[in-house]
Amino acid sequence: MSYLRAEWTKFRTVRGWVLAMIVASAAIVGLGIMPGMQGTCGDDCGLPTGPGGEEVTDAFTFLHQSLTGDGTITAQLTSLTGILPADPDPSAEESRGTGPSAANGTASGRPGLVPWAKAGILLKDGTRPGSAYAAVMLTGAHGVRLQYDYTHDLAGPKATQPQWLRLTRTGDAVKAEVSADGSTWDTVGTAELTGLPATVEIGLFATSPQYSAATSGAFGISGAFGGPTQATGVFENVSVTGTATGSWHGEKVGGADDVASGTSQENARFTVTGSGDIAPAVAGASGLGVTITQTLVGSFAGLIVVVVVGTMFITAEYRRGLVRTTMAANPRRGRVLAAKAVVIGAVTFVTSLPGVAAVVLIGQKVLRANGVYVHAVSAAIETQVIVGTAAVLAVSAVLAMALGMIVRHSAAAVTTAIVSIVLPYLLAMTVLPAGAGQWLLRLTPAAAFAVQQSTPEYAQVDNIYTPINGYFPLPPWAGFAVLCGWAAIALAAATLLVRRRDV
Amino acid sequence: MTVQNIVVDGLRKRFGSKQALDGMSFTVDAGRVTGFIGPNGAGKSTTMRVVLGLDRPDGGTALVGGHPYRTLPRPLTELGSLLDASALQPSRTARNHLLWLAHSQGLGVRRVDEVIELTGLGSAARRRAGGFSLGMRQRLGIAAALLGDPRTLMLDEPFNGMDPEGIIWMRGFLRELAQQGRAVLVSSHLMSELQDTADHVVVAGRGRVLADTTVAQLRATISDGRVSVRTDDPNAAAALIAAGAAVVATEPGTLSVTGLPAPAIVAALNARQVVFSEVTAHRATLEEAYLELTRDAVEYRAGEVAR
Repeated sequence: MSYLRAEWTKFRTVRGWVLAMIVASAAIVGLGIMPGMQGTCGDDCGLPTGPGGEEVTDAFTFLHQSLTGDGTITAQLTSLTGILPADPDPSAEESRGTGPSAANGTASGRPGLVPWAKAGILLKDGTRPGSAYAAVMLTGAHGVRLQYDYTHDLAGPKATQPQWLRLTRTGDAVKAEVSADGSTWDTVGTAELTGLPATVEIGLFATSPQYSAATSGAFGISGAFGGPTQATGVFENVSVTGTATGSWHGEKVGGADDVASGTSQENARFTVTGSGDIAPAVAGASGLGVTITQTLVGSFAGLIVVVVVGTMFITAEYRRGLVRTTMAANPRRGRVLAAKAVVIGAVTFVTSLPGVAAVVLIGQKVLRANGVYVHAVSAAIETQVIVGTAAVLAVSAVLAMALGMIVRHSAAAVTTAIVSIVLPYLLAMTVLPAGAGQWLLRLTPAAAFAVQQSTPEYAQVDNIYTPINGYFPLPPWAGFAVLCGWAAIALAAATLLVRRRDV
Repeated sequence: MTVQNIVVDGLRKRFGSKQALDGMSFTVDAGRVTGFIGPNGAGKSTTMRVVLGLDRPDGGTALVGGHPYRTLPRPLTELGSLLDASALQPSRTARNHLLWLAHSQGLGVRRVDEVIELTGLGSAARRRAGGFSLGMRQRLGIAAALLGDPRTLMLDEPFNGMDPEGIIWMRGFLRELAQQGRAVLVSSHLMSELQDTADHVVVAGRGRVLADTTVAQLRATISDGRVSVRTDDPNAAAALIAAGAAVVATEPGTLSVTGLPAPAIVAALNARQVVFSEVTAHRATLEEAYLELTRDAVEYRAGEVAR
C-alpha cells in the first residue's frame, strides 16, 4: 500500500499531469459536441422497432390478404428484375449519413439488381412497420433466403433462377420451402414467431435497398455514393390454403411517399414493384444516420494526451535521476512498476469516465438537434461504449507507462507509444485502404476501439462497415483483450528489465 | 564495541572497459562522521549506488545494518541517502517531494514538517523545487535523507554548490548528527571540505581503498619532520651538518633541514653565531597527505589534459 500511496502522491503533486488529464477529458467532450455534422432529420425522424427491440427498416410493397389460423401460401416467382441508379458521379453524391434518405426519390437509371434486392412471399403480423414477419424470397445475388423478424437470415439454395416458394403456418411456426418445379420441395428453415396472432397478412412482396458503393481515391476510401433502387417480382400460380379472407390488396408498407411502388394483376399473373428493405437498420454510408460512436470522435485526442502523460509518469523520473530516489525508497522494483500501473490506470479511468459519459449522452442530443439521425441503443450498449472507452484510455496509459519504463528516454518513449497505440487508430480511420486498416484494428493496441461499436454488423445488409462508420473488425471485448495483451507483454518486459538493470 | 552500520566488502564492478570498483572494502561506524574522499572516478558514487542496491556489483557484498539494502522493509528508516540533489521533479514543491517519500515509508505529513524545520527549508518548502539553487536542493536532499530518522546517513558531495554559510551549517549539522549516535558517511573529492568535519577518513582511488584511518593518523603518516630555515649566512649549512642534520638548499636563502627538531636547529645555529631570520617546523596538511596518497590514482591530470 505504501508503494501505491507514494506513486499516487507523486502523480497528484505534479499540476501539469493533473491538468493534462482534465484536458484529455475536455478534448473528448469538446470534439464530440462540436457542431460539425448537420442533417435534415426533424422531429418526424424515427425508425420502426422490430420484435427484438432493435431499430429496423421496414419498407416494401405488399400484395396481401388475411389468413386466419394455420394455412399456406404458394407462389411461383417467374422473374426478378430491377433498376439501379444511373452511373454514379462520386462528386455529386457523397455519403452524409443524414437521416432516412434511402427510400427517397425515384429510381431512374440502368437495369440491374442490388445483391439484396428481394421478391417473394411474406407472412406478417398486420402491415404496421416493425411487426413480426417471416418471408421466403429470391435475392439479387444471395440466392433463396428465409428471413424473419429482421435480424434472422437463413440461406436456402444458391439459385439465381426464379423459384417456387411456399410458407406454411402452424401455430407460431412458419416453415419456408423452395422448389424448382413446384412438385419437389426442399425446406429452407422454420421461423418461430412467438406470439403471432391468429389472423396475419400473407401475400407477395418486393423491395430493393439503397445502392451504395465506396469510391476509392488515391488513399483508400474517400467517400461513398448511392441511390434508391427498385425490384420487380412477377408471380404466377399463387394459391392460398386455410381460412383466407378478403381479396388481394396492394399496399406500400413503410418508407417515404415518393418511393417507386406498384402492384398489378393480369389474369393469374401478379406484378409487385417495390423499393426499400426489410432488415435491421444500420448506420453508415448505405444506412441511416450515425451511431453513438460518432460522438466519440475526440477519443484519439484524449488518447494522445493520456499516452504522453502515461509515458512521462516514468520517463520524467529517468530524465532527472529521480528514479534512483524512487528505487532507494521502494527497492522492490516490480512493485514500483505495478503501483505506477495501478495509479496511472486508475487516474486515467476516473478522469476520462465523466467526459466520455457526458459526450455520449450530450453528444447524441447535439447531433439530433442538428438534424442528424442517431441510432438508439440499449443502456447496456451505452454502458459498454462509455466504460469501454474509459477503460481503453486507462489501459493505453498503462501500456505507455510500461513502454516508458523500457525505453527510459521521454522523447523516444512518447514516440514509441504514439506510433504503437495512436497511429494505427488514426491510419485505420483515415488514409489506409479498408483491408489494411482492418488488420491494424485486429493486431495493434488500437483494436480496443472496438468497444466503441454500438450497433452490430449484419450480413444481410450491405453497408460500408468501416471503423469511421463505427464498425470494427473484432468484437468489443476481443478488441479490448488485444490491448490488454499488449499491455501485459509490455509490463512483463518492463518488469524483467527493471529488475535486471542498474538504475 | 562499535556498531557497524555499513559494511562494504570486496566490491567489484566493471562498466565496459572501466573497472569502477576493484575490491572496495570499508566500514562505516556509528557516532562519527566518516569522510569518503578520493578524486573523481575513484568509485565513491558507484560504491554508494551499490550500497543502495541500485547497481548490482560483479562481486563482493554491501550490508546495511547487517542486511542487503534491498531486503529492508522500510529502507529509509535504516539508511537515509543523498546521491544527487538535482534528482527532483521541477514542478513538484519541495514539501510534496518529501511527502511522497514519507508516504513510501508509511510516514505522515508531520514528519515532513519536522525535517523541513530541521534543515531550515522553511517557507521555501512550498515553492517548486525546479527554482531552487543547488544549495537549497542540498538542504532538501538532507531533509529527504532524514525523513525516516535513520541510524545511518550516506551523502554524496553534499557541499557542492553551497555558499560559505551553507557549508558552515552543513559541517555543524553533520557533526551534530554523529553526536546523536548516527553513522554518517560523507563523500567529497576535496579534502578541505572534510578536514574539520570528519573523524575518520576512507581515501579511495581507482576503485580501491588507499587509506582507512583517523584524521590524526593520516596527518601523522605524512609529517616528515622537515624544518625550513631562512638565512643568507653561507655558514649555515655547514653548521647544521656538523650538528647531524641533512640539508638541502631549496631556493636562494632557504634551507630544508631534516634530522633535527626545530629547537635543536636554533641551538646549533646560535652556537655557531649564524644569523637567521626564520625557523619553521613544516607540518603536512591533510590536503597534502591526501594528494600524496592519491597521486597515482588521479585519473586526469592537468598535464595530460593540456597535452
